[in-house]
Amino acid sequence: MRRLPRKDAVIVGLGWTGAIMGHELCQAGLQVVALERGPWRDTASDFNIGTAPDELRYGIRNDLFVRPSQDCVTARNTMDQVALPIRRWGSFLPGNGVGGAGIHWNGHTWRFLPSDFNIRSHYLERYGEGIFPENHMIQDWGISYDELEPYYDKFEYLCGISGTAGNVNGQIQPGGNPFEGWRQRGYPTPPLRMQHAQNMFTKAATELGFKPFPLPSANLSQAYTNPLGVTQGPCTYCGFCERFGCANYSKSSAQTTILPVLMRHPGFEARVQCEVVRVLKSGDGKTATGVVYVDETGEEWEQPADLVILAAYQLWNVRLMLYSGIGRPYDPNSGEGVVGKNYAYQANSAVNGFFDNQLFNSWAGAGSLGITADEYNGDNFDHTGLNFVGGANINCTTFHARPISARPIPPGTPRWGSAWKKATRDNYLTTQNIGSQGSNMSYRDCYLDLDPTYKDRLGRPLLRMTFDFKPNEERMSAYVTSKMEPIMRAMGAKQIVSNPKKGPWSVVPYQTTHNTGGAIMGDNPRTSAVNKYLQVWDMPNVFVMGASAFPQNAGYNPTGTVGALTYHAADAITKQYLKNPGQPLVQA
Amino acid sequence: MSDERLSRRTLLAATTALFGLVGTADARTVTGLPYLGNEVYPPPEARPGPWLFFTADEGAAIEAIVDRLIPTDDLGPGGKEAGCAIFIDRQLAGPYGRNEGMYMQGPFPANPLPTQGYQNQLTFAEQYRRGLAGLTAHVARNFGNRKPHQLSAEEMDRLLTSMEKREANSPEFNGSALFDLIHNNTMEGFFADPIYGGNKDMMGWKLIGFPGTRYDYREVFDKLNTRYNRPPVSLLGRPEWNKAGGRT
Repeated sequence: MRRLPRKDAVIVGLGWTGAIMGHELCQAGLQVVALERGPWRDTASDFNIGTAPDELRYGIRNDLFVRPSQDCVTARNTMDQVALPIRRWGSFLPGNGVGGAGIHWNGHTWRFLPSDFNIRSHYLERYGEGIFPENHMIQDWGISYDELEPYYDKFEYLCGISGTAGNVNGQIQPGGNPFEGWRQRGYPTPPLRMQHAQNMFTKAATELGFKPFPLPSANLSQAYTNPLGVTQGPCTYCGFCERFGCANYSKSSAQTTILPVLMRHPGFEARVQCEVVRVLKSGDGKTATGVVYVDETGEEWEQPADLVILAAYQLWNVRLMLYSGIGRPYDPNSGEGVVGKNYAYQANSAVNGFFDNQLFNSWAGAGSLGITADEYNGDNFDHTGLNFVGGANINCTTFHARPISARPIPPGTPRWGSAWKKATRDNYLTTQNIGSQGSNMSYRDCYLDLDPTYKDRLGRPLLRMTFDFKPNEERMSAYVTSKMEPIMRAMGAKQIVSNPKKGPWSVVPYQTTHNTGGAIMGDNPRTSAVNKYLQVWDMPNVFVMGASAFPQNAGYNPTGTVGALTYHAADAITKQYLKNPGQPLVQA
Repeated sequence: MSDERLSRRTLLAATTALFGLVGTADARTVTGLPYLGNEVYPPPEARPGPWLFFTADEGAAIEAIVDRLIPTDDLGPGGKEAGCAIFIDRQLAGPYGRNEGMYMQGPFPANPLPTQGYQNQLTFAEQYRRGLAGLTAHVARNFGNRKPHQLSAEEMDRLLTSMEKREANSPEFNGSALFDLIHNNTMEGFFADPIYGGNKDMMGWKLIGFPGTRYDYREVFDKLNTRYNRPPVSLLGRPEWNKAGGRT
């Protein structure tokens, strides 16, 4: 192993959080290196308009995601089962390369509700201890919405998010989400144009008493130049968003918002196709001294650094901590330990509607083109007597009709032959669904650790995931889905098919790449891995970005909150930590 | 798709001096914006011609099957004419057939949970090879010593139905697994971009009304709930363009 010259900071992973942190640290005058195990990716070459809209390559054969042969996880539903490797991705799709999963996201950019951050104390006060499900590990985040608001704002203005504000400084705004927390100003750009389905949904939902509003979108409605001087173009509703890179520079990503500035910063360099294999520690185990990485040829390098930022995807942050002995590993039997604890996911559902005489033309869509209603999210509704915690946003989106994967046919239709062919033709343009993005609480037996059997290409244990949907989530999903059905009926569907979320969780069908927890934040080192600045409690020069910090998951897509937490951490590092490096920002 | 990645790596190695990649010990260091003009990574285009993976009998069997899964009828041509068999052949001859990129290390337990997904230690190419051998024997046994492509349409439908419903499964022949595999790949071929050898002349897209890779549908928002009449476009353009333009 060869030793490289010391850097002020090393960043593991160059996706959303690595790019944000890289820029903030370089602006503070640090010499920064980012290590990215995937390839360099550039819009003009990698997401070229002549190659990007290719469903087989990107949507089905998974060209943009990390190859399971390089890294995957093993999965099981319960602790008494033997976990097996996810040999090809299904349920979720971890990113790879510069830009990470931020390249191929849909762009739903939410703020969590104020009561999501103090969920444990909020529900306790309103409903009493009895509302919490069996074996839950629900925790407050150790940070308030008010503390995060400026950083949500910063991320939204970096991205140029298109939307309609619902609450500006406490004043409820027409056409926005009346349930959202206060925001200091409106969205940077107006909402996307809406499709036929959204217009129908808005009419039906409004008549039923909902207050629908445009889904906040990182597919931009118009050209936008962000505070760094980087310009994005308007979305053209191509229908190749999730699983694809954007050829129009109109989906916010590290590529379209930060990298053009960051890559030219004299304090910054990136090394690609370099996989960090562990974090190095000082002799007393109290400080990180750098990282070891393996380059493409298999050679190992030591990169010393004063500050170590873990900015990989949620799963890989947790795994790197477990490999490196950072923080005490979680033990599900005793409930003690913190790393790997509180893995959670997202409990989504759908109501499909088959229509006559409506042409939805859903191939004209965008990742975040949608109308949402938040009446049954979080604690926006009275949970008394409902026997569950949490909720879901209800949405009507038009994001694609790519024909290998999106050919809805009514249940009972044959899978092949002339009857299949006719049903496929008849329903392709005339089917629409209403979805829900549901919260997922944390449980004692849903967690991440190292697999005892399966190894990666370098001989290291794979991460093992033990997870299932619990009765709390099934009850929540059934309840919210029952509120979606009347909207679909009012829209005039001739046939309605409901799919509330039910266990057991399967690795096979795609559900969502919203994996959370495992290195959770909190106000107590006994119950959380990082403090509210995402600083490791017992190794103060290591900070862990991303949704690994979520103590449980809310009824929204995570990226807005991930961006806000990153800016919040960066602000604390540059304004407080660097004045007194190596010290905890929160006293335990 | 590893072929492009390989060429990309070769490219990076070859052009480090051009755009800020430092060709030193840490060979992948990027500073500045490494932008290369005229640089794209298209997929390998499936070309017509003889089978690359299938034997003649295997190819004939697959052609007969895809043509019943997606039959020619009054709605238009079927799976054979669309090139679904060519598509499957080219896929099996490439990275997909080798399960490239998948995690293929053992152990492979005998009874995985259904929630644990793909746990087959055979590659897709091997599954086809063994599955089609099993199918050939099954047909010979049950259809008077004939080969699969010699069955009538009605007989083939009966065979496929029995495979789909697990009624043809035996210790020697996992008919339902083979059915699912061929069914999945046939649908991929019928609806994937024609660059991969199926969906000839975008006939799958024309059947349902998918306009392909036009990439700009802003005009649709001016005329919602209206039939869109522009013809589809693929990564290869449109057949008329190729005829008129004389591209070879």
